[in-house]
Amino acid sequence: MPLLEVKDLQVRVEEREILHGLSLTVNLGEVHAIMGPNGSGKSTLSHVIAGKPGYEVTGGEILFRGEDLLAMSPDERAAKGVFLAFQYPVEIPGVATMTFLRTALNAQRKARGESEYSTPDFLKKVREVAKSLNIPQDMLRRGVNVGFSGGEKKRNEILQMALFEPSLCILDEMDSGLDIDALRVAADGVNALRSPDRAMVVITHYQRLLNYIVPDFVHVMSKGRVVKSGDKELALELEASGYTQFEDAA
Amino acid sequence: MNVVVAKTETGRALSNAFAVARGRLPGGGRVADARKQAFEAYERLGLPHRRIEEWKYTDLRMLMREVLPLADAPDQDALRRAKAALAGHAIAGATRLVLVDGVYSPELSDTAGLDAAIRIQIVRDVLEDAGNEARADLFNINIADNAMVSLNAAMMTDGVLVTIAEQAVVTKPIQIVHVATRSAAATYTRSFLKLGKGARATLVENFAGAEGAKAYQANDAVIVWVGEGAELEHVRLMVDAIDAINISTAVFTVGARARLNTFNMTSGGHVSRYQGYVSCAGEGAQITTNGVNLLNGRQHADSTLLLDHAVPNCTSREVFRAVVDDRAHSVFQGRIIVRPYAQKTDAKMMTRALLLSDEAEADNKPELEIFADDVTCGHGATTGALDESLLFYLRARGLSEKDAQALLIQAFVGEAIESIANDGLRDLAISAAQRWLEARA
Repeated sequence: MPLLEVKDLQVRVEEREILHGLSLTVNLGEVHAIMGPNGSGKSTLSHVIAGKPGYEVTGGEILFRGEDLLAMSPDERAAKGVFLAFQYPVEIPGVATMTFLRTALNAQRKARGESEYSTPDFLKKVREVAKSLNIPQDMLRRGVNVGFSGGEKKRNEILQMALFEPSLCILDEMDSGLDIDALRVAADGVNALRSPDRAMVVITHYQRLLNYIVPDFVHVMSKGRVVKSGDKELALELEASGYTQFEDAA
Repeated sequence: MNVVVAKTETGRALSNAFAVARGRLPGGGRVADARKQAFEAYERLGLPHRRIEEWKYTDLRMLMREVLPLADAPDQDALRRAKAALAGHAIAGATRLVLVDGVYSPELSDTAGLDAAIRIQIVRDVLEDAGNEARADLFNINIADNAMVSLNAAMMTDGVLVTIAEQAVVTKPIQIVHVATRSAAATYTRSFLKLGKGARATLVENFAGAEGAKAYQANDAVIVWVGEGAELEHVRLMVDAIDAINISTAVFTVGARARLNTFNMTSGGHVSRYQGYVSCAGEGAQITTNGVNLLNGRQHADSTLLLDHAVPNCTSREVFRAVVDDRAHSVFQGRIIVRPYAQKTDAKMMTRALLLSDEAEADNKPELEIFADDVTCGHGATTGALDESLLFYLRARGLSEKDAQALLIQAFVGEAIESIANDGLRDLAISAAQRWLEARA
């Protein structure tokens, strides 16, 4: 059974149809890149998979391990193993990062009927992961993402990914707002999490990110559909020729 | 204009309540005269209503309707129930002064190991001591034209009078706990705290109902002097019964270079008003007055604060947060007066309300009256719902809707709570807020 099956998905936002019959199948262990021009519906797809309110699914379905994902609340999806790394992680003043991480992790474990982490185990784990991502301890004591740089915010997303151990990671424009050094640190963090027990969907406008996170499959989206699929060579082709050909084709 | 106002039914009932209660109110002679004068002042004004500007949002003629008879003095059963209620408000190591149904209870109070620098008198004893020349002064607290303060003066049955010697550093918190055990009855209490020059102390006030106490009315006043260079931290937590009415007045006079840090949280009561009067009496005073309303159901809570910068070079900060759910109604009125002579005043006030339902209501009324020309004053007020993008972020990380809301609400009120300097008291306020959030879920 595939991990994720998106079948003929049609999505509207305020009367405007954004996705017009999108299909995508992702198996465990695979890394898929979704590329496309601005406005092609890439972020909409990531939001709908994560359960963000404000999108109306008018047709098609999304199955996660064969279960109807669209029937689940965002928190149920998270507990099942769906993780969205946000393009713009929000700042939450007054909620300490450590408190947030522990509350979220324990909420997911509780929903799965697992025991909550003990404080020493939790702290040990957070410190290990934070160290590998070059996240200083004082960042963990601050409010969630408050005063973090773009790179720090993305590292904080990857920290959560490492901590929650999801089976599906969707990385929405992870490279936006990052300089090349920050990008490398973030990509190393992501690569360390590649595993046969996990799949990743990397959404990006630019091919550059895919030099660091090398995908198994590349899909090109245009006007709310996948218009071409291939291997990593497709990304390089796009880099050379641009998206215009697909916009005409779609 | 006709000034002879026909008495309303409520007014008649109250006059009757005073006549009936009179024989039970402590103190004769000048005290009885002062009570009579106070009651006449009350009668001239009557229960405050919406046409009086400062009561615009809290119309007691509508919300209170009737004035209940004076609560009976506590008997053994009342004390037993009050004792059970106290368990939820214990503060380790505090000097605890307990008023049950408006009467000081030595049995439930704990003054063991009292610091020699603290003197505690019981207001009832002072009022009844005919030899005490100063006893009528307890009636004169310099708040004009406030009917509920006059009523408090007319009817007060008890309270505590705490005096702290100059330069004394009192580490144990002084806690005044008000417990109501009687249903459908009114209590009137008045307490005093005097901090001598350079003294430091912490005052905690709790208002709560014993199990089974329903629809009671509490009217309290606390009068505080913070002497020159003294420091007071004050925390008030009101968790009265959900059908009770609580009208409380706090009067703070802050001396030169003194510091006052006061915090109030209202999560109980059906109708409540907490009216604070803070005046800077000496230069260089620093004042922080923060507050939180946590309301649901059909609660109505009014927090009204008057900050009087009467002298130069004083600083004041106000942070107020309201969380309003269901059909509840929160009122915040913050008035800052900067007198002509009060140059170099630095006053800031920020109030924010969070509405959790479409029918919730919050009224924020900040007012600045500035008569000096070299001052820094500012205020801000916002009202809104929880941020959807923050809620989604938390839910995408596995928090249920209620848990995500709770975390954001805690952070929201945390901005007002964090000013409490004492770790133990700050935790007390945080856990009171958490209990409210848990009860909501």
